[in-house]
Amino acid sequence: MNKKYKIEVDCAACALKMEEAARKVEGVADAAVSFMAQKMTVSFAEGADEKAVMKKVEKACKKVESDCEIYYN
Amino acid sequence: MTKKQKRVLARILISGIFVIVLALLPLEGWIRGVLYLIPYLIIGWDILRKAALGVWHREIFDENFLMAVATVGAFLLGEYAEGTAVMLFYQIGELFQSCAVGKSRRSIASLMDIRPDYANIEGEDGSLVQVDPDEVPVGGVIWVRPGEKIPIDGQVKEGSSALNTSALTGESLPREIGPGDQVISGCVNLSGLLKIETTREFGESTVSKILDLVENSSMKKARTEKFITKFAHYYTPAVCFAALALALLPPLVIRFLLGGECLWSDWIIRALTFLVISCPCALVISIPLSFFGGIGSASSKGILIKGSNYLEALAKTSCVVFDKTGTLTKGVFQVTGIRPLRPGTEAELLEYAACAESYSSHPISRSLLAAWGKPAEESRVRDVEEIGGHGVKAVVKDHQVAAGNTRLMELLGISPEDPGEDGTLVHVAIDGAYAGYIVISDVVKEEAAPALKALGQAGVKKTVMLTGDAENVARRVAAQLGVDEVRAQLLPEDKVREVERLLQEKTPGRTLAFVGDGINDAPVLSRADIGIAMGALGSDAAIEAADVVLMDDDPRKIAVAMRIARKCLRIVYENIVLALGVKAVCLVLGALGLAGMWLAIFADVGVMVLAVLNAVRCLYDRG
Repeated sequence: MNKKYKIEVDCAACALKMEEAARKVEGVADAAVSFMAQKMTVSFAEGADEKAVMKKVEKACKKVESDCEIYYN
Repeated sequence: MTKKQKRVLARILISGIFVIVLALLPLEGWIRGVLYLIPYLIIGWDILRKAALGVWHREIFDENFLMAVATVGAFLLGEYAEGTAVMLFYQIGELFQSCAVGKSRRSIASLMDIRPDYANIEGEDGSLVQVDPDEVPVGGVIWVRPGEKIPIDGQVKEGSSALNTSALTGESLPREIGPGDQVISGCVNLSGLLKIETTREFGESTVSKILDLVENSSMKKARTEKFITKFAHYYTPAVCFAALALALLPPLVIRFLLGGECLWSDWIIRALTFLVISCPCALVISIPLSFFGGIGSASSKGILIKGSNYLEALAKTSCVVFDKTGTLTKGVFQVTGIRPLRPGTEAELLEYAACAESYSSHPISRSLLAAWGKPAEESRVRDVEEIGGHGVKAVVKDHQVAAGNTRLMELLGISPEDPGEDGTLVHVAIDGAYAGYIVISDVVKEEAAPALKALGQAGVKKTVMLTGDAENVARRVAAQLGVDEVRAQLLPEDKVREVERLLQEKTPGRTLAFVGDGINDAPVLSRADIGIAMGALGSDAAIEAADVVLMDDDPRKIAVAMRIARKCLRIVYENIVLALGVKAVCLVLGALGLAGMWLAIFADVGVMVLAVLNAVRCLYDRG
């Protein structure tokens, strides 16, 4: 399952960092951050709970880039 | 400027004024340090916070950490003005790059601003109501007023207008449309009210597909881009340890091995300078920005590139393989010759053939009717009999007309000679007697020859044309266009084999691009290093199979794409050389104690600003 989320991030490098952090989260099969579109695309692993995973993704992203925002609600 | 940026600007100004005032005041000792803390904290508190958070989260080595260590270190050694200045200039550089990046991001986003917000449907009382385009079913009727975007793909039922397709194709000439025409979402309706019956759901419409593609283009990263991420991963810790070594080792060596006198603070300052210089921001920021600008610049010209890896591959293309039909030729059949048995009766021959074929929807029949240019008068045509694989027999104006291939003529007992002309021949017999033939062939695009020339100029070494057509037709087209090699009479699977053979022949390190129209050539598109699909508006198969999608069917865009790719890659390499070169020189100078904090600030912020400015050039294509 693929889902797209609106995000706020200031720089292309920070977008890269978020992408890497999101990929490492359990339940995420793949993730891509488009700085241009200010969007994060997450493909979830089989049977993953979207809300729970996104909560972890947000936490992971805030860790690497404290200024970022992910809107997943 | 955004709110965030304005706040940073205000902090820069306040802190800058403080620094100037403090520099003018005759202060000494610890009071000076305490007073300098005010502008330092105003400008640097968020960096210090991020650095602390980084340490807390064990994500230690980033540019915030470098800056925090360097400036705090400078303060501890009594270099108050320098410490504050480093932070101040770092923030100025960050603000500048954030503005530049934000601006290019917005200009690309506005180029791709094709997402329709609503669709108009007729409400119960007959007035138009705006609804979410997602809610309109296939076959639903929507209205598009002048100035509005067409939200969903469909067919015009009523009204005629001109459409601006520039957001999709980069083509500025408006397209005329009327009832019966297919329209594509994302175009802007320029003049008249249109009633459109949708043929797709919003999610399946062209505009959604394109937006998907653009937004996902960051999934596939160029090697250079991946390299920089990896590089930063090892580089920052490495320079931190190098700085630590620089602060500790030389003084220890001098004191205990050489027995000399030395100042610890001297070496610590050198180590801090080293840290400031080594900040990798210039690369980490400018390289994604360059690729991002290149992809944006291409999409403004109707060229969609699915990832920066393809931008990199495009820049290295040495061989371009074309499919003929629909790529170099229009893929539409046209009457290119009328050869009646009796000279001077061309119009008559065409009229009989067109009328006889007027009930058929075969492309050849369509082209005959198009050439004739008049609607068939149905009353004059009767007793139409279509003979599959042969042609048509009908009574036109009380004459028995037969139009079709040689086999049809043979059925009638006529054996026309083979005139040896290229293209498809439609023989015509009137009242059982041979009357002549009409030549129908595919027409070469006017842009095809200039396109091939432009490819040569863009550095392509070899061009190859693959076609299922007859050898003589293929040779003639190739000679006319200046294609280097031709392979004719190929079945679709032969095309894959040809491309595989060419892939083996090419110079290593260079890439092969295949250009097709997305019809029947999806396997070839995916086999080539870069699959380029053209005329992709409305063709989902092409958009999915290809790596680069040309929204219109102008083959000159291929060279444009390569030019943008080359420029982008050149800028990326320029930035790598500039940043690493300046930093290497400054690092050596810093380690030897020849470069102070001020030079370090230039090496960091100055290089970053230069690299970002250079990267922004990717957005603009002069051609």
